[in-house]
Amino acid sequence: MATTTNTVPGAGPISGSRSFLSKLREGDEIARLFTFLFAASVVLLTVLLVYELWIGSSLPRHKFGFNFFRTSVWDPIFDQFGALPFIYGTTATAVVSLVIAVPLGIGAAIFLAELAPARLSDTLEFFIDLLAAVPSVIYGLLGVFIVIPLMRDYIQPALKKSLGFLPLFQGPTYGFGILTAGMVLAIMVIPYIISVSREVLLSVPRDQREAALSLGATRWESTWKVVVPFARGGIMGAIFLALARALGETIAVAMVIGNQPIIRASLFSSGYSIAAIIANELTEAVSNLHYQSLIELGLVLFLLTFILNGLARLLIVATSQRGAGMGNA
Amino acid sequence: MNTRLRWRKFVSNFMLTMTGVCALVSVSVLFFILGYLVYHGGTSVSWNFFTKLPVPVGEIGGGMANAILGSAKLLLLATLIGVPIGFLGAVYLAEFSGGTTAFVVRYAADLLNGVPSIVIGIFAYAIVVLPFKHFSTLSGGFALGLMMIPITLRSTEEFLRSVPNALREAAMALGASRWKTIATVIVPAAYRGILTAVLLAFARVAGETAPLLFTAFGNQFWSQGWNQPTASLPTMIYAYALSPYDDWHRQAWAGGLVLLGLILIINIVARAILSRGIAVPRS
Repeated sequence: MATTTNTVPGAGPISGSRSFLSKLREGDEIARLFTFLFAASVVLLTVLLVYELWIGSSLPRHKFGFNFFRTSVWDPIFDQFGALPFIYGTTATAVVSLVIAVPLGIGAAIFLAELAPARLSDTLEFFIDLLAAVPSVIYGLLGVFIVIPLMRDYIQPALKKSLGFLPLFQGPTYGFGILTAGMVLAIMVIPYIISVSREVLLSVPRDQREAALSLGATRWESTWKVVVPFARGGIMGAIFLALARALGETIAVAMVIGNQPIIRASLFSSGYSIAAIIANELTEAVSNLHYQSLIELGLVLFLLTFILNGLARLLIVATSQRGAGMGNA
Repeated sequence: MNTRLRWRKFVSNFMLTMTGVCALVSVSVLFFILGYLVYHGGTSVSWNFFTKLPVPVGEIGGGMANAILGSAKLLLLATLIGVPIGFLGAVYLAEFSGGTTAFVVRYAADLLNGVPSIVIGIFAYAIVVLPFKHFSTLSGGFALGLMMIPITLRSTEEFLRSVPNALREAAMALGASRWKTIATVIVPAAYRGILTAVLLAFARVAGETAPLLFTAFGNQFWSQGWNQPTASLPTMIYAYALSPYDDWHRQAWAGGLVLLGLILIINIVARAILSRGIAVPRS
């Protein structure tokens, strides 16, 4: 039904055999055109967004080229801009968050999909959905007043004592920094991991479980060695989604990361993330180059999340289809 | 053999218990958040909070009335931008379009949905704030509206598609034109789902801070008009939480409680609407 021809038999449930003119008279063509304009505006806005990011960052792209990503001096006064500390900060916080969130999230998803009775599972999923709706500024608020003191007084000293031989856990414990930002991010992305993984696990055909159990596997063995591997792709998709979300998160991270463009081995150290520096400096950019460098950071963020979201969608769709296909067979 | 079996059973029980613990921990975060907000912010939520302007540090009282009104205006604008585009776009996708166009639109919507909110903020800053040379309610509403589009579009389309084809055919058989079928049969049949989609999109953008930082900007007083900067609840919470004053921290907690309360209530209402089924209304 992409065109207005009515000659294709069975092109759709309601494709009549009326002529273009009669359709026009009855308003169908007008309605079609009208709604098309709105649909097209979505595409237009998206294209415009990409275009603005690309054009808006042309100065630093030409001036610094690839060095933009390799140098770590960020000096608006002397017009020197290197993005390395921000890329490091964003990556490090995202990795920390995944290290915490992935085991917890997948564990919870296994419980919801495999163990919990349907009603309990649905109730818990309802709470998880609500958790996903909590805005990031609230997480930031709790991060500042609850997580930072907790990290400073208990968690960081404990880590230092037990794992202090690693360079990751050395240095002064201020409370804020990469590790804290990673913790807050972990709490924020867990609901995403749980929801998507649960869906994927639920789409694994029942036969798979029964086959494993009938071979004498324990419940855990059937889950861990059969069901989870079957859903592996989709779970990876869930993790990519969470990663994309963690990379793009702004406010909560800006509130607890310390906002210093430095790179240190220690996770206790302050850092700065791509999104946070855009939030803090875009309105105060002192030169055009400064402003455009921030936009280039936005472009980087956009591309990263674009790729991750695309991969995630592919993996999730492929896994659910595999489940559906097996179920029918 | 026996010990091995016992070991396997022990591992199984242990790991399954651990997954339960994971679920418990994850869900309890929600109640921790709610509890802390009520504990710290509950006492500061008063009549004044909703009706008074912020006061300078040191003065007692004051509220976030300007931020609440600002948020309301921003969300009104966002709804006016996001819902028509999302809804009508979805009607096109579900009822009129063929393969390629639909694919492109869907792809664009998914892409837009994944864009980090800070990048949406940059975009709104570049195309609304810079040309007008003004931080404004308008630009903030635009940024939030842009975020509402893909959420509304994709879920509305799904709900429209879930309307059985028999309904379409029945309406057409009675001689209704296509747009009449859509307007009087299909959309009413899917209205619960569409309402849910709109409410969820609304709740999602209601708490957004990042895109407002350089569009609506913020304001300690009442906003002077649609093309002037305005305060909003999320940015106010952000600013107050990072301030060094205890008074302001209390206000931030109160603001957080009000904001989260609003968002959770909208979410619960939306889900309640949906769970009552999206079947055709009987009357």
